[in-house]
Amino acid sequence: MRCYRAHVLVCAGSACVTLGCHPVKEAILEGIKRHRLEEEIKVVETGCMGFCEQGPLIVVYPEGVMYCRVQAEDAAVIVSEHLLKGRVVERLLYRDTDTNKPIPFMKDQPSLSKQIKVAMRNAGFINPEDIEEYIANEGYFALAKVLSGMSPEAVINEIKDSGLRGRGGAGFLTGSKWEFTNKAQGAQKYVVCNGDEGVPGVFMDRSILEGDPHSVIEAMAIAGYAIGADQGYVYVRAEYPLAVEKLRHAINQAREYGFLGYNILGTGFSFELNIRVGAGAFVCGEETALLASIEGRRGTPKPRPPFPANKGLWGAPTLINNVETLASIPPIILKGSDWYASMGTEKSKGTKVFALTGRIKRPGLIEVPMGMPLREIIYDIGGGVLNNKKLKAVLAGGPVGGFIPADYLDVSMDYESVAELGTLIGSGSLSVIDEDTCVVDLVKFFMEFSCEESCGKCTPCREGLKRMLEILTRVTEGKGQERDIEDLERLSDFIKNTALCGLGQAAPSPVLSMLRYFRPEFEAHIRDKHCPASVCAALLDSPCQSA
Amino acid sequence: MAEVTLTIDGVQVTVPKSTTVLDAAENVGIIIPTLCYDPELSKPGACRMCVVEIPGMRNLPASCVTEAADGMVVYTASPAVIKARKTNLELLLANHPADCLNCHKSGECRLQQYAYNYGVDFGAFAGEKHRYPIEDDNPFLVRDLNKCIMCGKCVQACEEIQANSAISVAYRGFDAKVTPAMDYPLSTTEYSNCVFCGNCVAVCPTGALTEKQMLGKGRRWEVEKVRTTCPYCGVGCTFDLNVMNGKVIGVTSTDGDVNGRALCVKGRFGAGFIHHPDRLKTPLIKENGAFMEATWDEAISLVAEKLVGLKKKYGPDAIGVLSSARCTNEENYLMSKFTRAVIGTNNIDHCARL
Repeated sequence: MRCYRAHVLVCAGSACVTLGCHPVKEAILEGIKRHRLEEEIKVVETGCMGFCEQGPLIVVYPEGVMYCRVQAEDAAVIVSEHLLKGRVVERLLYRDTDTNKPIPFMKDQPSLSKQIKVAMRNAGFINPEDIEEYIANEGYFALAKVLSGMSPEAVINEIKDSGLRGRGGAGFLTGSKWEFTNKAQGAQKYVVCNGDEGVPGVFMDRSILEGDPHSVIEAMAIAGYAIGADQGYVYVRAEYPLAVEKLRHAINQAREYGFLGYNILGTGFSFELNIRVGAGAFVCGEETALLASIEGRRGTPKPRPPFPANKGLWGAPTLINNVETLASIPPIILKGSDWYASMGTEKSKGTKVFALTGRIKRPGLIEVPMGMPLREIIYDIGGGVLNNKKLKAVLAGGPVGGFIPADYLDVSMDYESVAELGTLIGSGSLSVIDEDTCVVDLVKFFMEFSCEESCGKCTPCREGLKRMLEILTRVTEGKGQERDIEDLERLSDFIKNTALCGLGQAAPSPVLSMLRYFRPEFEAHIRDKHCPASVCAALLDSPCQSA
Repeated sequence: MAEVTLTIDGVQVTVPKSTTVLDAAENVGIIIPTLCYDPELSKPGACRMCVVEIPGMRNLPASCVTEAADGMVVYTASPAVIKARKTNLELLLANHPADCLNCHKSGECRLQQYAYNYGVDFGAFAGEKHRYPIEDDNPFLVRDLNKCIMCGKCVQACEEIQANSAISVAYRGFDAKVTPAMDYPLSTTEYSNCVFCGNCVAVCPTGALTEKQMLGKGRRWEVEKVRTTCPYCGVGCTFDLNVMNGKVIGVTSTDGDVNGRALCVKGRFGAGFIHHPDRLKTPLIKENGAFMEATWDEAISLVAEKLVGLKKKYGPDAIGVLSSARCTNEENYLMSKFTRAVIGTNNIDHCARL
């Protein structure tokens, strides 16, 4: 193995690719060549580093200096100054949002100070296309440990004891799910990874698949061993072409190295893994719809029970876990359930990845122990509200979630506490809303999303959401009527109580949350034809009046 | 077989394990309204009309897909349930043409029936309605998707009874609709493999699918239904002739022993010959090159005379008999007996062998 004087890590997550990281990488390689540094410096493409808003990102090791918003024309100076002469290029450094002081080292990033990376441990640090980098970071050690000395029951108990819960949204105990599938009768069983991440603004699954695909592959093989399955499918949405590419490459490498396929590590255990690409439907993140899609049928949900653990893919017992959940499995096996359970709260253990978006100074992906107060997440990690505006609320869970108003900012971010506020941890979307955001307008946006993504199978979701959207549209246009409030409440209640699947049942949540916390603002739209946040254009009389 | 005992609206009922709450309720005479449920088809649990209240269960579960459990308490008509069903109907009506006055299905429409039962009217929610063109470019059935409530029974009947899968659901959400491949009409033979059996019509709960030949010929409650056997082939499907003022206006499915509700295109839509002016009503005898009407006595006497003559002149094996699949088994049996015992030949065959 070659040793290099320095490593240049170029973030090549989807966002940085869009922002132009590849020309930057080419320019750096060219500069290295010009200065004849090829033997001394290695350039590595990594997965998402989580600071997408600052991209394209580059980190130079061993110092760990992070450069932000690097353009191809900046490459020459990075090479000549930093790589050749060891002088940090100050103008490309990240600057503190409050003091404007440059922060040269990645480890000093204020947003990283309170984070603990488990599921995201490798994303942004290793080359996802090189299995050896994964192995060098304890990759496939957990699979080896499981196959060489643990019974399936012992594996399941370890996961159960860790308290890990499904990170896709529902928060069901992962170990229990594994146990049900293990105990279900069936000659053929399947492991399915749900990579149909669809909530707007959420992209931790994409980052893991792009930046650390082997962690998912390893976890699926472990799950296969634990439940008695020899076949797995990773269901990835078609909108994630880079994730599919990296995953496909990783699966092939894992096969070459004997971590997938027949007789893994000579233990007699065999496990095969294939990718299935979705066709652009949010509802396919719902597990029964996802299975229908894998089977080649229209992706619509089915009534449960029977649950997939008993009757899933082609009628066989099937374990479905989300990407983030799976990525947390290998460290739990290696470090033990006690270690994982030592983080978090009594009922919500471990760490959770959140996507910070909206009116926040440092948006991006963060991973924190569950139970961290929302205030710490927003202010200590996220840096506070953009332009120092007043925080109005944080919308958790996107189109299937609800508001956490500023008054409740000290809520512990665990499943139970957040549910008490009428919203949910969900897949980890945290959207910051300031005083300039109109909640009616925002809720309307999410209702448009839910209407667009409703599969149309059950009456409440198909017909009910449409009418809710029509009411919300009317209200934002100043045509709201008094009975609209009552109708919205009635429809929300009806859809929540009678829709076929979890997505339908949760679709009215933003509206109910709005009526719970921001009723006066909604009523102002109807009764006074006034938008307090000055957003709804039809309700503005003139620019000076709304100033 | 294991049994479970549950309480439905205060009535104790014991049913075999894995019975649905809907079926268990029916056992004790409690009828829960349904739109997408059909005992012959798989259960999509889609219409949510059959929701009930079961303390301890989240939300209002659909009774058609909820298994009865020991000790379960079910309320099929609690205030919450009634409220949900009313809202459900109001939403369906909000996207449904208000033309019950002229709808062919009026009187046999589930949506109309439940609207009556629950006192629900049009107009609860104003907003967009579907404006699909009415598809009537084939001779058999009319599809008016504006009246479709997306119960999905037609899709299932096509797939599960007819095993044809000519139609499926396309698009999403409010725009979802039942359509043949590529959203072409059923009559587009390049894309649609519809055989016009009309089994979709038989299961449709509303006026979305109707028999073209019967349109405008009589209200459902005026029509007399005469249960009979289809004359087209030896399968012997049972159906109802729909009779109006002594005339057959069409055919509808009934619960036949042989066929259930399933029929083929001929049985369901091929009754037009009954009152057709070209239909032969008497035997014809050719005289001087032209067919002349005759009585049955004249015709049978002539045939008997000719058969006796041929048999005498050429022997019985000179005569061959071909029987028809449109005859009943009994008629075919008699034909065989007549050929072998009376004429004295084994030269008899049947058109179904062709």
